[in-house]
Amino acid sequence: MGQQHNQPGYTDRSLIRNFCIIAHIDHGKSTVADRILQLSGIVPEREMRDRFLDRMDIEQERGITIKSQAVRVPWTVDGTEYTLGMIDTPGHVDFTYEVSRALAACEGAVLLVDATQGIEAQTLSNLYMAIDHDLAIIPVLNKIDLPSAEPDKHAEEIAGLIGCDPSDVLRVSGKTGEGVSELLDRIVAEVPAPKGDPNAPARALIFDSVYDSYRGIVTYIRMVDGELKSREKMHMMGIGMTHDPIEIGVISPDMMPTKALGAGEVGYVITGAKDVSQSKVGDTITSAVNPATEPLDGYRDPQPMVYAGLFPIDNAQYPELREALDKLKLNDAALIYEPETSVALGFGFRCGFLGLLHMEIVTERLDREFGLDLISTAPNVPYEVTSEDNSVHRVTNPSEFPEGKIKKIVEPMVAADIITPKEFIGPVMDLCQDHRGQMGTMEYISTERVEMHYRIPLAEVVFDFFDQLKSRTKGYASLDYHEDGEQAADLVKVDILIQGEKVDAFSAIVHRDKAYSYGVMMTKKLRELIPRQQFEIPIQAAIGSRIIARENIRALRKDVLAKCYGGDISRKRKLLEKQKAGKKRMKMLGHVEVPQEAFIAALSTGEAGNDRDTKDKIRAAQKSEG
Amino acid sequence: MTFEVYIHVPFCLRRCGYCDFNTYTAPDMGEGVSRGHYANMVIHEMAIVRDWQAEHGISEPYASTVFFGGGTPTTLKARDLVAMLDAVRDTWGIADDAEITTEANPDTVDADYVKELADGGFNRISFGMQSAVPHVLETLDRTHTPANVAAGVTAADAAGIRSSVDLIYGAPGESLDDWRTSVRTAIDLGVNHISAYALTVAPNTKMGRRIAAGALRKPDDDDEANKYEIADAMFAEAGLEWYEISNWARPGYESQHNLGYWRNVDWAGLGPGAHSHYNTHDGVRGMRSWDIAHPRLWGAAINGGSVPWAGHETIAAEEDVEETIMLGLRLHEGLDITRLEGVVPEEAWRGLEDDGLITRDGMRAVPTLRGRLLNDTIIERLFAFLD
Repeated sequence: MGQQHNQPGYTDRSLIRNFCIIAHIDHGKSTVADRILQLSGIVPEREMRDRFLDRMDIEQERGITIKSQAVRVPWTVDGTEYTLGMIDTPGHVDFTYEVSRALAACEGAVLLVDATQGIEAQTLSNLYMAIDHDLAIIPVLNKIDLPSAEPDKHAEEIAGLIGCDPSDVLRVSGKTGEGVSELLDRIVAEVPAPKGDPNAPARALIFDSVYDSYRGIVTYIRMVDGELKSREKMHMMGIGMTHDPIEIGVISPDMMPTKALGAGEVGYVITGAKDVSQSKVGDTITSAVNPATEPLDGYRDPQPMVYAGLFPIDNAQYPELREALDKLKLNDAALIYEPETSVALGFGFRCGFLGLLHMEIVTERLDREFGLDLISTAPNVPYEVTSEDNSVHRVTNPSEFPEGKIKKIVEPMVAADIITPKEFIGPVMDLCQDHRGQMGTMEYISTERVEMHYRIPLAEVVFDFFDQLKSRTKGYASLDYHEDGEQAADLVKVDILIQGEKVDAFSAIVHRDKAYSYGVMMTKKLRELIPRQQFEIPIQAAIGSRIIARENIRALRKDVLAKCYGGDISRKRKLLEKQKAGKKRMKMLGHVEVPQEAFIAALSTGEAGNDRDTKDKIRAAQKSEG
Repeated sequence: MTFEVYIHVPFCLRRCGYCDFNTYTAPDMGEGVSRGHYANMVIHEMAIVRDWQAEHGISEPYASTVFFGGGTPTTLKARDLVAMLDAVRDTWGIADDAEITTEANPDTVDADYVKELADGGFNRISFGMQSAVPHVLETLDRTHTPANVAAGVTAADAAGIRSSVDLIYGAPGESLDDWRTSVRTAIDLGVNHISAYALTVAPNTKMGRRIAAGALRKPDDDDEANKYEIADAMFAEAGLEWYEISNWARPGYESQHNLGYWRNVDWAGLGPGAHSHYNTHDGVRGMRSWDIAHPRLWGAAINGGSVPWAGHETIAAEEDVEETIMLGLRLHEGLDITRLEGVVPEEAWRGLEDDGLITRDGMRAVPTLRGRLLNDTIIERLFAFLD
C-alpha cells in the first residue's frame, strides 16, 4: 500500500483537491475510478482483479456499502503529495438533489463521456449544474480503446458545450489505463484547493448517508470550515439533533478512523443513528461544543414527486411488506409511505417516490431482497384540488379526489430537456405535444444532435413517456427533467366500474382530452383480462355519474369436459385441484372473480390501442359529451 | 361390489386430425404387439393381472360388463375380439346379463363381421358416426360416408345386438343446421343410445396445430353450448333421455359399463395406456394404475412377466370425495349428498339451486341443463369446501 504523508485532520488545504465524476450509466465511471485507486497505489495491483470482480456483486447485492462514495487518494506531482477527495454522484434524474449536494462538496468535476456514444441528457444536466456551482470542469472521453469510438466527433461536441478547445478534451481508457495518470495530473493542476476557514466553528456538509448493516448509518461529509473531533458531540443543524460520534475517519480505500477532520477534507462520521432520516443529505454538521450560527446553504427535505399504492398479492404478506419498507427506509430518506386500504387490492401502502426510477428501484428491491409479490397501482403525481366551497385538497391518490363540483385543479410541471439526433426532432415534437408539452427553445449541441426544451406536466412524464421517447427515437434520445412550478389544468377523475362497483385501484386522474381514451382502453383491457363467469359482467368507465365507455363480458355458458371416462378421471381431478389452487389467487370484486394477473396487466403501462374499434369507441365517447 | 373389464386396442387404419388417443396406424409395433398377435398379448396380461389381484387380496365378482375401445377394435379380426372375450370369461367369469360392447369404425365392419361378434357373445356395438354432413366428416378426417353407418346399424339389428352412435359437435365450419342434420340422422337410425361430444382439440394434434397456425377456427364454447342444447332437445323429443352429460338413451339402454366409471366401481383395464381402478380391498387401499402407453414397451413388460404399469396412485380419502363429486355431477341420477354431510353446508346447495345449476331430488343433487354445461363451476364451488 502506498505510504501517505498527508495525515487526515492535519492536511493543508492547499494540498487538497476534491472532485467528482459526472457520467451517464455505462459510460465507465466505475472502471475509471478503479484505475485511479490502482494508480494512486492505495489498492495493490494484485487486489485489483478481485475488486473488479466484486464490484458487480456488491453493487447488486448491497446497493451501497463502502465503495467509492468518498475516497481519499494520494497523488504526487513534482515531488509534492496531494490529497484527492474523489466523491461519487448518483447518476439519475430522480436524485438531482443528491447530485447537487455532491457537487457542492467539490471544487472540480470530471465530465466523463463514452467516446462511442457522446453525451446524454442527464449528464448534460449534471454538467450544467456543475457549471452553476462554479466547478472546474475536466472533460474526458472514455473507452477510446473501442473500435467504435469516435473521439474526434465527440470531443468537438463537448468542446462546444463547455467552451473549450477540442484538444483540451482528455482521452482515456479505464480498461487499459491509458490517459488516467494524465487525468490525475490535470485534476491537481486545474481543480482549485478548497476555500473555507479552518479557524471558524466547524461546518460540514452531508452529501451522502447510507445504512450499513454492520456499522449502522455512515454519513459522508465534506468539511467546509473548522474541524470535527472524534470525541466531540455533533449537532445536525437542519433536523436539530445532537449525536455522540462513534467514529470519524476517511476512506482510503477502506474505512480508517481518525482523530479529526479538518477544513477541506472529505470523510465519514458514524453516529449510531438508527436510520438515514436522522442524517439527511444536505444538512450541516457542526460541533455541539462550539456551534456555528449559520448552516450551509441548500438544505431541504426530499419531496416525493410520484405516488403509487403497493399491495401484496397475498394479503397475508402485509406485515412483511411493512417490515421491508421499514428496512428500506433506513437507507432511503426520500421514501415515504403510509397504510392504505383498497377495496380491490386489500391492505397495502401509499408510497411517495422521488421519481419513476426511484419507484422502480424500491419495488424491485422489495421483490428481490424481500421476496414480496406486489401489485403497484398506476403512478400519479400530487394535485391541488379546490372544491366549489373553496376547500383545498392535496390529492396524492385518486381516491382522495373530492366529490362534487371542482373549481380548480393544479398539477406539478417539469422542465424537460431532451437530447436527440436531429432526424428524430419531428417524432419527439409529436410525442411532447401528445403529452401536453409546451415547447421552449431548441439548440444544436453539434451538427447532428439537438437539445430540446419542453415544459410538460409531470403526470404526463411519469406514465410511459420515457419508454415512448426511447421507442420513437430508436433508443437514441435521452431525457432529463426537473421541477418547474405548477399549472392549472382541466383534469377529471375517471372511475372504472365492474358490475356497477367502482374499483378504486383503476381510478385515474387524467386530462379531460385523455379521459375517453383512458376509459376505452381500460374497459377493453379488462374485458380481455377477466375470464367469463356465470353471469354477464358490464365494465364501465365513468366521469362522476356519466358513463363514457362500456364493455360487456358475456356470461360463461359452458365449462364442462365432454368426455370423462376411465382414463380421464385422474387427470381431470388433478386439473380441478389445480384450478382450485388458482382460485385462491383470485380477488373478489363483489361477485366477480378477477385474477391477479388482470390487475397487473391492466395497471401496466402501454400505449393505448390503435385498432379501429378503440378509435371508434373513443370518438363515440367524445361525441356523447357534445 | 361391481367389477368391469376394459380392453384397449391401440390400432387404427389412419389417425384422425383431432385424435389424441393412444393409438397407432402401424400394424406391427414390435415385441409381439401386432394386429395379428395382439389378442394373445392381452390374454397374457389378463393372467398377470389376475395373479397380481390374488396377491393383493382382491377378489372380484364376475365381470358385469366388458368393453373394447380404442383405437379401433374392429381393425382386429372378429375372432380375435371373441378370443379375448373368452379369456375374460376364463379369467374372471362374466355375469349372465353382462353388457359386452365394442367400439367400431363404420368403415371396418360388415354384416358377417357383426354376426361373428354376436355369435361370440357381444351384445352391443358403438359406432363412431361423428357427423352426417360430408364437409364436417372431411374436417374431422373421417373416411366413412353417412351410408356406412346405416349399414352398420342394420347389420347389428340383423344380428340381434344393440347399437349406439357417437356424434361430435363444434368442428370448424359446422353450422347449427349441419348439426341439426347430424342429430336428426342419428335419431332416424332408430338406435336406442347416442353419445354426443363437444370437439375438444388437444394442441399436440394435427388439428391443434392447424388451429394454432390460424388455418382452422378454434371451436367456440358458445357455439358448442348452443349445439348441446339443440341436441338435448331433439333427443328428448325422440325419447332418448340424458343419463350422463354426453350420453342419451332410451330408458333401460344406458351403457352399464360407462355408468360404472361414473359410479366409481372396480375395473381392470388391459392394453397399452389403459387405466384400472380398485376401491379399498383387504390387501390394498383405493388405487388407480395405468399401463405403459407405448405398445412395444408395454409388450416387453408383458413378455417379461410383469404387470405392465407405467404408474399407479393411491387414492386418499379426500381424493375419493373429489372424484365422487366430479363424477356424480355428470349423472342424471346425481350426486349422493349424504357423502358430503358436514362438509358442504346447506347454504351452498341452496346457492347452487338459486343459480339454476342443480335441483335436489331427495338426497341427490342433479345438474340442470345449465348445470350440465357449467359442470366445472358446480364442482369448483363444492371443492371450495374441501381442504
